[in-house]
Order: sequence, then structure tokens, then C-alpha cells
Amino acid sequence: MKFETPAGINPIDKQTVIGKPTDRIEGPLKTTGTAKYAYEHNDVVSNPAYGYVVGAAIAKGRIKSIDQTKAKAAPGVLAIVTAASAGPLKPGQFYVDKLLAGPDIDHYHQAVAVVVAETFEQARAAASLLKISYTKTKGAFDLAAAKDSAPVPKQGQFGPPPQTNVGDFGGAFASAPVKLDETYTTPDQTHAMMEPHATIARWDGDKLTCWSSIQQINWGVRDIATVLGIPKENIRLISTFIGGGFGGKGTVLSDIIAASLAARAAGRPVKVALPRPLIMNNTTHRPATIQRIRIGATPDGTITAIGHENWSGNLPGGRPESSTASTRLLYAGANRFTQLRLAVLDLAEGNAMRAPGEATGMMALEIAMDEMAEKLKMDPVAFRLKNDTQEDPEKPGRKFSTRKLVECLQTGATKFGWSKRQTQPGTVREGQWLIGMGVASAIRGAPVMKSAARVRLSREGIVTVETDMTDIGTGSYTIIGQTAAEMMGVSLDKVVVTLGDSTFPESPGSGGQWGAASATSGVYAACVKLREAVANSLGVHIEDAEFVGGQVLAGNRSHPLGDAAKAAELVVTDEMTYGTLSREYAQDTFGAHFVEVGVNSYTGEVRVRRMVAICHAGRVLNPKTARSQVIGAMTMGVGAALMEELVVDKHVGFFVNHDLAGYEVPVHADIPHQEVILLEDIDPTMSPMKAKGIGELGMVGVAAAVANAVYNATGIRVRDYPITLDKLIDKLSING
Amino acid sequence: MKTFTYERVNTPVEAAAAAARTPGAKFLAGGTNLLDLMKLEIEAPPHIIDIGKIGLDKIESTPAGGLLIGALVNNTDLAAHSIVRRDYGLLSRALLAGASGQLRNKATTAGNLLQRTRCPYFYDTNQLCNKRVPGSGCAAIAGFSRQLGIIGTSNACIATYPGDMAVAMRALDATVETVNAKGAKRALSLDRFYRLPGQTPHLETILEKNELITAVLLPPPVGGVHIYHKVRDRASYAFALVSVAAIIQKNGSGRVAVGGIAPRPWRVEGAESLLPSGAKAFAAQLLTGARPTKENEYKLALVERTVAAVLNEANH
Repeated sequence: MKFETPAGINPIDKQTVIGKPTDRIEGPLKTTGTAKYAYEHNDVVSNPAYGYVVGAAIAKGRIKSIDQTKAKAAPGVLAIVTAASAGPLKPGQFYVDKLLAGPDIDHYHQAVAVVVAETFEQARAAASLLKISYTKTKGAFDLAAAKDSAPVPKQGQFGPPPQTNVGDFGGAFASAPVKLDETYTTPDQTHAMMEPHATIARWDGDKLTCWSSIQQINWGVRDIATVLGIPKENIRLISTFIGGGFGGKGTVLSDIIAASLAARAAGRPVKVALPRPLIMNNTTHRPATIQRIRIGATPDGTITAIGHENWSGNLPGGRPESSTASTRLLYAGANRFTQLRLAVLDLAEGNAMRAPGEATGMMALEIAMDEMAEKLKMDPVAFRLKNDTQEDPEKPGRKFSTRKLVECLQTGATKFGWSKRQTQPGTVREGQWLIGMGVASAIRGAPVMKSAARVRLSREGIVTVETDMTDIGTGSYTIIGQTAAEMMGVSLDKVVVTLGDSTFPESPGSGGQWGAASATSGVYAACVKLREAVANSLGVHIEDAEFVGGQVLAGNRSHPLGDAAKAAELVVTDEMTYGTLSREYAQDTFGAHFVEVGVNSYTGEVRVRRMVAICHAGRVLNPKTARSQVIGAMTMGVGAALMEELVVDKHVGFFVNHDLAGYEVPVHADIPHQEVILLEDIDPTMSPMKAKGIGELGMVGVAAAVANAVYNATGIRVRDYPITLDKLIDKLSING
Repeated sequence: MKTFTYERVNTPVEAAAAAARTPGAKFLAGGTNLLDLMKLEIEAPPHIIDIGKIGLDKIESTPAGGLLIGALVNNTDLAAHSIVRRDYGLLSRALLAGASGQLRNKATTAGNLLQRTRCPYFYDTNQLCNKRVPGSGCAAIAGFSRQLGIIGTSNACIATYPGDMAVAMRALDATVETVNAKGAKRALSLDRFYRLPGQTPHLETILEKNELITAVLLPPPVGGVHIYHKVRDRASYAFALVSVAAIIQKNGSGRVAVGGIAPRPWRVEGAESLLPSGAKAFAAQLLTGARPTKENEYKLALVERTVAAVLNEANH
């Protein structure tokens, strides 16, 4: 099915199952510990061996030698795989990192060997007996030092153009009566998902099956084939449940390659999980940024010039952190300039992490807007409202499909009690605590991608959905089940959802906030076809048929749905593809975040006291799972604001705090009550589902809202994330 | 993890005797720190002596009016004990500021005293660390030192003692009781229990080889307001940047020990007479001789300000 014109009324609009705050259908599996994660598929491999990945001990240089004598002689050791023994390996088509390196080392903890043994403990013990000698060479680890020589990168597969110019930014900024020119920095961050990267690999002849934790099955198959140099047809990839990914498990990383090579070398299935302290330097991360923002305005608060430059670093060939994306679309202004610059750094690969580009860019832009409002003596909400636009500011005439940023800000201001905010910072005190309020807008693209599904109808009236879509903890099982139930007129308990298997029809997987809207549309397409097959089988006209209550009503007759499969199970496959609506309209999601913080006037400790998020993100397929996405994202935003930082040791050349004790993310005690309001947004330009993603929107802007609240509480403007107390106390007055 | 042998002993003296038989052996109590370190091969003992069944799990009032805490009393039970809560609230608060509920259920009194530093370079066996490999060097001093020590450190090591419980015990004038393989007992006051690193940061306490901690003795309660203020980047489950354990009396006198800044709980009795004059004077005296790095010099101000917060709270 191809979606080319805005959707009319369709069965989804009935919203008898869709749009309900249904509990997750896979929830009981998770709460009882019976949902199987990658490393836990013990039923499918008998007698597995265990692989332990060894990371490079240096940041850059070359392996001189690997002495395997002691490791090979250690108890239980079956095989040792290194780049030298593995044969030629190519990088994948998304990540640029070499997944088994040698003799050249590109970054700290890059995988250099896999030790395979009968037990995990034996593999780990033997791994420490590998004697690897290195020759170190000088590396670049300091973004600030590399900044000035960093070139503008080429346009990548994702992300905005590396440079945009509209009107005369330079002239307009120079002549603007009120202007701001500030630099903001955001640190490297790690996904810190609960489940580590893990894979079980099994070879049957030249056929490879991997049970792995991976967000995009189709990319995974492509990249296993690319890296190992084997045909895609020989690969089966299964990812039934994922214990969090946040973009860190987009496609193939070292665990899959290590397990596959180890299984081949050992002649047995092999299990590999990356040890937690390896993950931060071995896999991908959100790269640090330096961002310069310039805004010019007239005294009434009309933005006349807006410029955003971003510097980030990566391994050679890696992508930039596209922090300028939101600035292109969020606010009006006739004269505009954005630019990305990309330095080469010899740290682990920088890549996608929840709302890549938007999350980082809005950390800067939305502080800048707060600063600009103050210069203009305007309320920060009013300043944003003043500069709303209903068309793409780079392409006048191109409308947003739907855009309720104004309503998000206004609704949030009312719910939050924004009118009680004191304009003068540092003036509200409760005991030792200074109290402040902050706001930020949110915007995140709403991509939809081609997605396919197979649906089956049994004579018992059970509808089974098969797609290689994944569930990374988001609720994919449930919303896909709700879609099929709505389409086929059955209750949710009559639907079976099976996901995450490359033998199923291809979806775009979980990533880029495209998963929910895309995968459910693929299921919609397949269900349209199944409805036709049902009508055909029952001998009724599809135009007359109504699917409701497990029955097919046509004229004055009623057939149990399962009757259509009496003779044989009905099986259909279809995919949803897209025309040009996404070019005709700017399709985005919007929101507003309101935060209240307390800052201890003695110690500078910052604690978030209240949070309200308003989201405008297409049809809400399930308010409960949508809310869960948003509160999780808000929590991640608090982490970004107040504590998350992979610290670079610029002498040694690595992320120092590479475990979950050193890399702090928020705990329950950090997170107060979070209120989430989902504004109605049925967007017919998206797909027949009229839905958009929400999982990344919920994070965008949160950190800046916290930063702005800290400023309002203390009068101290911190432009260098995270806002830790050492950046506050030297300026903080104990007595007010 | 290196292969090790394991035995379980029945009495404290047996434990010490078992340790005497195998050089490098380690006692296993709660295991909340040791097992993690063994998995990373930061600790690689050839032999483990499980002391989980030797008793030492009681909290008893002493005839002199103090409190004797068995070495194997777990942190949860200690924090919840009625006498601790009534008379040594500082200790209860410090314990509850540390770790998580699950860890406190396993972690023991003696084990907590002996937990090792959380310096990230100590934890990464590829990095130079004089505490882990004596004489190898220290990557932390020129590296990421925001969390690390500002006083009592040396040019060989700037690691901190990471715990909370011992900081409170230091303010409470606790004594550590021990036994050796011959059954001889010692009582070591906590003020001299921890060594400063000097050139031998791998030697962390004055415990002799094979000596087993049997108890911690608290002297009779001293009254006053008990406050434990732990400052950290998140609200729970994090090690202190700075923690202040304070007992403040009505007349403004008091005792203050500070965590998170030194290789041991940092208390300077001679500075405490300045407490009635305020945090600034007290902190200046307490931190005399501090040698912070550029990354952790904020701790100088943070100590003073946290003490000020505590004094402010004590007066309300």
C-alpha cells in the first residue's frame, strides 16, 4: 500500500482499542522474568561456549605482539580469535568503527581479541592472561583543541545539511538592536541502558543465527553480511526483547561479530555479553559538542537573525552530531545560518543517542532563548510565542502538517503555574534552598519509513502479526496488537504479536522516533489486505463489511471472523510505502517543558522539584506507553542537565568513568512527580494511523528547562553541561 | 577472576589462623566490595576465608554505657537498631546515606571499614595506579580528579576513603577491636586506624597481617544534634563529593568529621574549638595543608559551605 494523499476516515479513527491506555501485553513476561533477552535463549543452543571480549589497553597505536601461550593453556579455553586469525573484516554500513581491530588501534577498549572457553569465568580468567604488547602513538582527544581546524563535513545519510543559509544572516545580526552571541558546551554521554550488548551466535553449516540485542533487524542483517562477508540469505537475526537501547544498539557492534567469529572458531554456539566497564569506550556514544549561538531581534522580540554553529568530533569517516537540526525549524526569523564542523578524535565512535542532534542542539538553543528573553525584558514563554511560525522558516510556503507549539507552551504555563515565576532571579528562598522555574520548547522530527508486516487469521479468530519490528522497552508489542485489533474488529486478547525476527517482513526497527508510527502503518496495510481476504472468503463485499466484536457484519448477516479461515488459515503480507507528503509538509512533533528546581544555597546541590511536559505528537496510540516514553525521556533530560558526562582523560585518551558507579544517571530520588499532558493531534499527512513518534520528543528541551530554572533560582548562568555544584558554588551567595 | 581456594571457619581465631596459613588470603564477609574487585582482578587473593558463620553479629550495650557492634552486623540492621537511632543518630544517618538497600543488607560493619577507594584509575587495570600496583605510578593526579582527595594525599596517590559509616564513627570516637591467630586482642582507635598513603598507598590500615576485626566500640553517647550531610551529584546511590558528620551541642561546641576529601575520614580535633566561630574559621584550620588539584579545589569551598549548612541546620 502506498500512502500518497492525506488520510481520510478509516477503521483506526473508531479508537475502540487504539488510543486506550492499555497495559502492555508483554508486561507480565517482564514482571515475571520470563521475557527472554538475547543472552537468555538457553533453550535454542545446547552446550554453548562463552566468549570474552578483550579491549585495547591503549588509545591509539599498534599491537606489537599478542602472546597467547598462557591464555591458550588456561583451563577450558577452546579458541582465541584476533583480527589476525579472523580473516578480512569490513566496517558495517552505519557505524564506522572496526569491530575487531588489529594491528592498528583506533581507540581505547576497541575489541582486539575474543577468548572462548567452556564457562564464562574461564573465558574471563583466560582473557586476562593474554599478553598484548602495544606501540602507542599520539592521538587527538581534545575537541576544544581540534575545533578551529575542523572542516565542514559532507552531507550524511541522516541529519541536516552541514550548512544552511537563508537571507543575510551576517548583515541582519550585525544590525540587530538586541543580540546574543554565546557558546555552550555539552559533554560526551553514554546510553547506559540496563541490558548490556549481548549475542548468542550459532552456525549451522554456512548459515548463521544470532540472538542479539539490536534495534534495527534489517540493518543488523545487512551489517553482519557486510562485516563478515557472507550472503544476507545465510543470516537469521532474532531480537525478541531489548533491555533498552537509546540508539546505542542501532546495528552491529562488537558483541555480534565476536560471538559469530568465536562460534566459527570453536565449532559451537557462543554467548558474548560486553562487560559493563567495556561498553562506554568500546561501543558508540553521544559525542560532545561546542555550540555557538547568535540571535538578533528587534526590541519588540521579533527574531531577525538566528545562527547556530556546532563542533563535534569523531573517528575518521564518522558522522557529526547534528545539533543545528532544530534551529532550522523551531522559530521564525528571516535571516538564518547553521553550520556543522567535524573534527577527527581518537575516542570511541560518536553516534546516535536518543534524539541525536535535537537533544544536544536544544540544550544550547533553549538556554540562548532564555538569555535573549532576559535581554529583551520579555517573559521567556511570551518570547517563544512571539516567534512561532506555521511554516518552514527556511522554505516559506511549506506548512507544518500540524504544529501546536503555542498551545503546548500556553497549556503548560497554566498547568505549571508559570505566572508565579519571579522575573528577578535568586529571589525565592525556602530555608537553605533557592527556588527557580524554567521553560523550554521541544521539537523533534516525525519521520515515517517503509514498513511491512504479515498477518494471519486462524479459524479460532486469532489474528497473528509478524514483523521484524523490535521492542526496546517502548511498548511496540502492545501498540501493534492494538492496531491489528482495531483493524480486524477483535479485542486485544485475540491478537498475537511476534516481533524481532529477520524471517518476518521488514520494518525500520526502533530508532529516530520512527518505530511506532512506521511499524503500525505497516500492520495497517497488511490488515487492509486481510480484511479483503476475509470478505472474499466469506463471500461479502468489502465495502459492505464491518469488522466489530469479532464478527464481520455485512448487510443483515453476521459472520464470526474465524469463519473466514475455516478452510485454511488466511495469511497476507503487505507494506506501507510513502509518497511525497513529507516533502510537501514539515512533519514534526512539538512540546514544552516546565521545570522547578531547588538549589541549595550553601552546597550548590540542584534538585528537581516539579516537571510538566506537554507533547503534541500525532495520534496517541496508547496514552500509557506514550506517557512512559515521555517520563523516561524527561528523566534522561534531567541526567543530561545535572550529572551525565563521560569524562575524557586527555592524557591517556579515554572515557575515565566507564562504569555505572562513575557515570551517574538519575535515580528515583532525583525524579519528582512528572506530569505529562498529551495534546490531541490527528495528523492525516503522516499515514492512515495519523500518528507520530514521541520517544525522543520527551527528552528534547528538558535539560535547558532545568538550566533555565537553575538560573532563575540563583542568577548563575551555566553554559557548560552538566550543571554540577562545582560550577555554582563560587558564585552562590549563602545569605541571598 | 583468578582461581582461588575457599574455606569456611567457625570462630574469629580460626579465621585469623587460616589467614596466617595462606599468604594473601582474604576474609569474605558481605562480599559487596571484594567480589567486584576480584571480577576485575584488582584483588586476586589465592584463598578466601568465609567468616559468615563466626558470630560477631550482635549489637550490645557495654557496662560503661557504650555500644559494641559486632564486625558482621550488617549495615541495615545497624542503621535500624533502636539504641543507634536514639543515641548515635549520626551513625544511622551516615549508613542510610550510603549504597542501596540491597547492598546495606549484605555489607558488614568490618567490611565497610575496609572498603577500598573508588578512584576510577584504581578500577581500570590498564591505568597506572600505585595503590593497585605499588610503584607503577599514578594516572589520577594529572587526570580526572574531581572526585579525589585534597588533603592527606601524597604525590603517589590522591585516592579517597569512599565510605560514610566510618566518617560518622570517627566523629563518635569509635575504636576498632581485633584478634589475631594467637587469640591476642587489640583495640585501635579509629583516628589512627587508617594510614595516609605516603609512598605506600597500597597499605591502607594499621591492621597486621592475619588480624581480624571483631567489633567496633562506641563510647557512651554525648548527646547534641546529629547531622550527616552528604553532598553528591545525584540524590542517592553515589559516593560523596564531600560529607560532613557533625555532633553539635547547644553551646555551639561540637565535633565534625569530613568524608570524601582524604584517604581517611578527616577530623582535626584541634580545629573543633573554632566551631562556635563559624564554618570559615573551622574549615580553614581543618584544611590546613590541603593540596587540591585544579579539578577538585572546589572541595575547599564545598567543605566550608557544607559545614556552614550543617551549623545552620543545627541552630534551627
